[in-house]
Amino acid sequence: MIELINLCRTYRMGSEDVHALNEVTLQIDQGEHIAVVGPSGSGKSTLLNILGCLDRPTSGSYRFSGREVADIGEVELSLLRQRWIGFVFQFFHLLPRLDAVGNVEVPMIFSGVGREERRQRAQRALESVGLKHRFKHRPEELSGGERQRVAIARSVVMSPRLLLADEPTGNLDRHSAEEIMELIERMNAEGLTLIVVTHDPTVAKRAGRIIRLEDGRVAEGGADVRPQI
Amino acid sequence: MRVLDLIRFAIGALVGHRLRTVLSVAGVSVGIAAVIALTALGEGARRYVTGEFEALGANILIVIPGRVETTGAMPFGGVTHDLTLEDVRAMRGRLRNVLRVAPLAMGTETVRFGGLSRSLPVVGTTSDFREVRRVTMGSGSFLPEGDMDQGGNQVVLGTKAAEELFGSGNPLGQAVRIGEWRFRVIGVMAPRGRGLGFDFDDLVIIPVKTNLAMFNKTTLFRVFVEVDGADAMRAAEHELEGLMEERHRVKDVTVIAQDSVVQSFSSILGAMTLALAGIASVSLAVAGIGIMNVMLVSVSERRTEIGLLRALGAGKRQILIVFLVEAVMLSGIGGLLGLGIGLAAVAAFVEIYPAFPAVPPLWAIVTATVMSLGVGAVFGVLPARDAVRLDPVQALARR
Ligand SMILES: Nc1ncnc2c1ncn2[C@@H]1O[C@H](COP(=O)(O)OP(=O)(O)OP(=O)(O)O)[C@@H](O)[C@H]1O
Ligand SMILES: [Mg+2]
Repeated sequence: MIELINLCRTYRMGSEDVHALNEVTLQIDQGEHIAVVGPSGSGKSTLLNILGCLDRPTSGSYRFSGREVADIGEVELSLLRQRWIGFVFQFFHLLPRLDAVGNVEVPMIFSGVGREERRQRAQRALESVGLKHRFKHRPEELSGGERQRVAIARSVVMSPRLLLADEPTGNLDRHSAEEIMELIERMNAEGLTLIVVTHDPTVAKRAGRIIRLEDGRVAEGGADVRPQI
Repeated sequence: MRVLDLIRFAIGALVGHRLRTVLSVAGVSVGIAAVIALTALGEGARRYVTGEFEALGANILIVIPGRVETTGAMPFGGVTHDLTLEDVRAMRGRLRNVLRVAPLAMGTETVRFGGLSRSLPVVGTTSDFREVRRVTMGSGSFLPEGDMDQGGNQVVLGTKAAEELFGSGNPLGQAVRIGEWRFRVIGVMAPRGRGLGFDFDDLVIIPVKTNLAMFNKTTLFRVFVEVDGADAMRAAEHELEGLMEERHRVKDVTVIAQDSVVQSFSSILGAMTLALAGIASVSLAVAGIGIMNVMLVSVSERRTEIGLLRALGAGKRQILIVFLVEAVMLSGIGGLLGLGIGLAAVAAFVEIYPAFPAVPPLWAIVTATVMSLGVGAVFGVLPARDAVRLDPVQALARR
């Protein structure tokens, strides 16, 4: 499903080049559950942004479902994000002015789903993350774990193939983190490809495969590390 | 993409940032209200003045003794002849295309009835004055027709003068004293209000010959000449000037054509209205810049939101539309509100000063409305483009 070949992402800082990603070669199959780990500044978020087509590589190739992403235009890229990719963030990024249903509806507004259908789908998505009784709650009226569940409902409401999560449990206590991971693993079990960036070894251990980044490179043998359970 | 949904989304954002919304709406509404109110005042002034002139009657030439000209001094050391009843008689007899000629003499004298007395302007004229200056009677009749050299002891009162001298009693047929002279009241004029220079409600009118005798004068204050049709105005004016020059052997009177005065006043005041509109538009432009600032702040405040929307698959065009819609709605709502405030202010003004016909001209209403939307669109573009250019990765990164 995803194929990276010699992918580089370089930031120019004054006269120096910072290699956030350096010659990354990776292959990720449909339905995998992958944890991306590594020290701070090793390029995990950069990798996720490129996978999510929010950022473009400086050099190298990124193929998504067999298509070279560099050849896809801006408009189609937006559609790709809309239909194929879901994002979950460490800081939830919910719109404070909207209630739970409203937040889950946002991606559907921009993809032109009708009003009634939007509400129904949003409510169904919220039910599936166990927030049946929180439809009308605004983010400030929800706990951290509940907020992240709203964000997950939002990320999957368009039925994407790929879910990208950047430290989704980074702001949650252990119990909520467990719940969130169980939730997205359930979706992974239904065929959703899952890529989770995490600092938490117990979260990483749940993955089917761990990719370890160091200084923008995939660490020796990192792409093949399997958790020992 | 459903634009209606984007509009709804933008409304949500506006409602979600109440203070910001209220401030910029207030800015625009003040601008629009200023445009409406100021143009209404300008237009009111224009209508008031032209209305005053038109009340004089159409196609009127006004003869004023003395040469009022911007160029040069009086010929022959400023010798001027009186403007006399003989001149009026000559105008009546010798000018073609003239319907009526009304002389006007002026003075001020004490008017008495019973124990009451008032010092009032005493106007001397003839029956023709009624048509020429479109006088309407409240009761009784105007000066009778007849030889203007006959004089007479009839007096016509302005409404206010009548009220003050007679209270609620009926003045018709009563005897009043003006100075040492006795007069009989034959009519009271309908209320009219202040005209150019004099207040028709607060004066008395007597036969011109009597007036000249009373004040021991030979010269008239004005002569009004009513010409038969606008087409004859130029020729009549020329002929009138020729006649007066022939009679006085010097150009010592000034002839003013009513129409040209009305026109120049009208155009001056029209220009003034435009100038007021211009001044008011400055406040609208200021409001526009206010909207731009508010939107720019909003864009930088909502960096994360924009980054998020892009991550969720919103296209650049959609983001652009959301921010433009927000800006246009801010100014559009401000515009409507301003329109309401402006019209209410004008209505209140008219309520207080009913004589002043303050009406916002239609063009001002239309332009102000269109402009308020335009202001939003124009000043919303820059922030909206800023929003679109934002790098979603950086926007989402929490610093
Ligand atoms: N916009 C940018 N401009 C310059 N350098 C950047 C930019 N974004 C990231 N970098 C650099 O690229 C490198 C990788 O950053 P990245 O955010 O991917 O790290 P990370 O692995 O996600 O770290 P963390 O665990 O702290 O989130 C870092 O050295 C960072 O300083
Ligand atoms: Mg990171």
